[in-house]
Amino acid sequence: MREARGSGRAGLARPRPERGTPPAGVPVPRARRAQLHPGAWWLWALALGTAATRTTNPLLLALLITVSGYVVAVRRPHTPWARSYGAFVKLAAAVLLLRLAFAVFLGSPIPGTHTLFTLPEVPLPDWAQGIRLGGRVTAEGLTFALYDALRLAALLICVGAANALASPSRLLKSLPGALYELGVAVVVALTFAPNLIADVRRLRAARRLRGRPDKGVRGLVQVGLPVLEGALERSVSLAAAMDARGYGRTAEVPPAVRRTTAALTLGGLLGVCAGTYGLLTAEGGSYGLPVLLVGLASALAGLRLGGRRTLRTRYRPDPWDARAWLVSASGAAVAALLILAGSLDPGALRPGVVPLEPPTLPLWPAAAVLLGLLPAFVTPAPEAAPDPRKEPTT
Amino acid sequence: MIRFENVSVTYDGAARPAVRDVDLEVPEGELVLVVGPSGVGKSTVLGAVSGLVPHFTGGTLHGRVTVAGRDTRTHKPRELADVVGTVGQDPLSHFVTDTVEDELAYGMESLGLPPDVMRRRVEETLDLLGLADLRDRHISTLSGGQQQRVAIGSVLTPHPKVLVLDEPTSALDPAAAEEVLAVLQRLVHDLGTTILMAEHRLERVVQYADQVVLLPPGERPRMGAPADVMAVSPVCPPVVELGRLAGWAPLPLTVRDARRRAAPLRDRLEGRQPERHTTEPRTAPPVKRLFGRAKKPHDGAPEPVAEVRSLAVRRDRVRALTHVDLTVSPGETIALMGRNGAGKSTLLGAMVGLVAPSSGSVRTGGAVPHRTRPRDLVRKVGLVPQEPRDLLYADTVAAECAAADRDAEAEPGTCRALLTELLPSVADDSHPRDLSEGQRLTLALAVVLTARPPLLLLDEPTRGLDYAAKARLTAILRRLAAEGHAIVMATHDVELAAELAHRVVLLAEGEVIADGPSAEVVVASPAFAPQVAKILAPQPWLTVAQVKEALER
Repeated sequence: MREARGSGRAGLARPRPERGTPPAGVPVPRARRAQLHPGAWWLWALALGTAATRTTNPLLLALLITVSGYVVAVRRPHTPWARSYGAFVKLAAAVLLLRLAFAVFLGSPIPGTHTLFTLPEVPLPDWAQGIRLGGRVTAEGLTFALYDALRLAALLICVGAANALASPSRLLKSLPGALYELGVAVVVALTFAPNLIADVRRLRAARRLRGRPDKGVRGLVQVGLPVLEGALERSVSLAAAMDARGYGRTAEVPPAVRRTTAALTLGGLLGVCAGTYGLLTAEGGSYGLPVLLVGLASALAGLRLGGRRTLRTRYRPDPWDARAWLVSASGAAVAALLILAGSLDPGALRPGVVPLEPPTLPLWPAAAVLLGLLPAFVTPAPEAAPDPRKEPTT
Repeated sequence: MIRFENVSVTYDGAARPAVRDVDLEVPEGELVLVVGPSGVGKSTVLGAVSGLVPHFTGGTLHGRVTVAGRDTRTHKPRELADVVGTVGQDPLSHFVTDTVEDELAYGMESLGLPPDVMRRRVEETLDLLGLADLRDRHISTLSGGQQQRVAIGSVLTPHPKVLVLDEPTSALDPAAAEEVLAVLQRLVHDLGTTILMAEHRLERVVQYADQVVLLPPGERPRMGAPADVMAVSPVCPPVVELGRLAGWAPLPLTVRDARRRAAPLRDRLEGRQPERHTTEPRTAPPVKRLFGRAKKPHDGAPEPVAEVRSLAVRRDRVRALTHVDLTVSPGETIALMGRNGAGKSTLLGAMVGLVAPSSGSVRTGGAVPHRTRPRDLVRKVGLVPQEPRDLLYADTVAAECAAADRDAEAEPGTCRALLTELLPSVADDSHPRDLSEGQRLTLALAVVLTARPPLLLLDEPTRGLDYAAKARLTAILRRLAAEGHAIVMATHDVELAAELAHRVVLLAEGEVIADGPSAEVVVASPAFAPQVAKILAPQPWLTVAQVKEALER
């Protein structure tokens, strides 16, 4: 993997901007950020997630989780965001347990003969027909719930992988210029949450200093107001700082362009709505698609024209290079092959639970899932971990 | 470069203008320092330069402020962004992006500079500020000094003609502050940047200033050469105070100048000894690490109010403290010093039970703090955190005091009585948020003292305090120590440590690297020695007050 990074360097050289070569004496950058376009990571991860929705075979799902987990393990950068993977894994486990608990206590619509144990059933009145509390718990019902939950868990873990490999704020930086301000708003909101959590922790600690219990719900409620006050103050000072640094400077555009932009965007969005409606209703089949396409094109043109209003330039945009193609293609291939397998051989991808039979690993869909490992070999390794000593305070 | 013409600013709802009749001109390429006691409107003057006052803060600005020929009345802050760079008091609230490199580029992106120019300037700025190794780091993982440098760098990249800095070194340890000041020096000398800055810690910055603007309360501001203004300023660093005491003219602003004049003063002081204001506590000798586990015989030494033995704390796989020993005797004042991130706050947190030790033990007043109920612990130890506001929840001072009495199960009125004793001027119905930094600190101190803890911990108590507020705090703490309270304070303020502490404990990378009487520890280190000690070395004087008393004797 180390070699992959070294040999890949040349291919990653950023294209020099065409605006003329920089004058002599430009400092030579020592370390280039060998980073993959965040969009490629998100496409790859979401494609794996799509693949996960096409199957309930626990072996295939486990393989998918392993593949995405391996790529995350070897390629995630050393940023605080990358730690969110653990949180997603925990969430997935919680979903799994919750689904099983529901299957045990609320019963399962799956008929089954292998009774594992019987819970005392709570008799419910007539109007609650179809709801059952307690009762027989069958192996079939549990297995079905497990398969079902595993699929959702795999999907969650794939989203977590996308988060860990490329933070959403990096993804937002690739938005077109016209949507830039929206992107900044989201980024600020994203950085806000960790600050808020830190504030809650600090203030709960401070309660202890006052001799009040620092645990429990009451403690949380009482720090609510100061935390919100602090958050408000911080957002005001951030807004001031952003304004003082030139956020929101706009270029003068001729009124004609402004009007055209508005017309194109609004018209385009209307077209998209009408087209979608046409596609979905029975009689609109003939005009639906063309209207949708025209609307989409006009909306995109509006966005592009709207970009003229912003002066903003972009510092070292992540290039969409051959590796980005490879990574997103590998994800797309996994998704496409599993969809194909689903239509060719539905039995292998959805192992039966009635009658109960052990799942088998279908060979070529499994091989297809392994394609998802490609990013672990074609992308650059993350930089060595930064100095682990970090500021505990101040 | 910057012109103030008869500027007065009145905030909405305020009875009096925050600043009045400011009339000054800052020439290009100068470093101008704005000084004055707390609350005279230093931040308002700075904010008016970038246009944030009044465009962002509200209020009315009379008169005219022009920067590089642009009138701030007609130009919004964003339209001044290419000529003025502003860094506020808290660098963390300044950052928009999450990594160092992106942060440096952010301002240029907003201005629409071409990509190759941006690239070049980012690299140049990384080198100029010594940030090259940190370029990919997440900003939240940087130390205070590094963050301050990134904040300065982020406004430097658009090549502003004017840099406005509000308290750039207040939160920094001496070494990090020097780092930042060296950068500012370089900007003024090499790039011809005009710098306007406010700072409470005059001892750090006054020698770098070309001119000083004094904002005296209730009078017209005056501007002049540093030595002239310092001669009349109500706020001044120890070196100036000593110069005034010794009658040196012109006043020296640097330790070097003062030392050259100090020979006669040293002769006059020859043979005298500084008199300690504080009564020496019957202190147990510092525990030597090698014998840390050996039980000392109780030969009349008082029971320590806190005992820390081979304490280690790990947080997020980071070793915040390793093998720390500390014994605090009643009536003893200890200053914890060391860089930002050396583990000072963690040690205080461990002593008050906010941080559980990973190994080793902490006992305060015979209890294990992190296992004791908060209600019982307040009677053994009290901590005033770095941000005193965290301790205050209520809407009025009176409600806060009543709550403190309830929390501590003290007689109603105890807290208010304490507060009146410490700071008579605070009204019952004022909101804690509207108090000045020093008043808020005193209120938090009164709240903590309501439970009468024998051990008082303070985290960076002088941050944001002017010299007058600091002198008041020093007097209060000295009295508390004389009453038998043990005090442990984490501080970067060498002058405070020299004035108050019996003992200084130096921390580095989570370890105790020095522990001894303040005179020895503080004077031995060039970074931590107070100005008076540097000027009068090798004589053992630490503060102007000591010298003054010795001369009057």
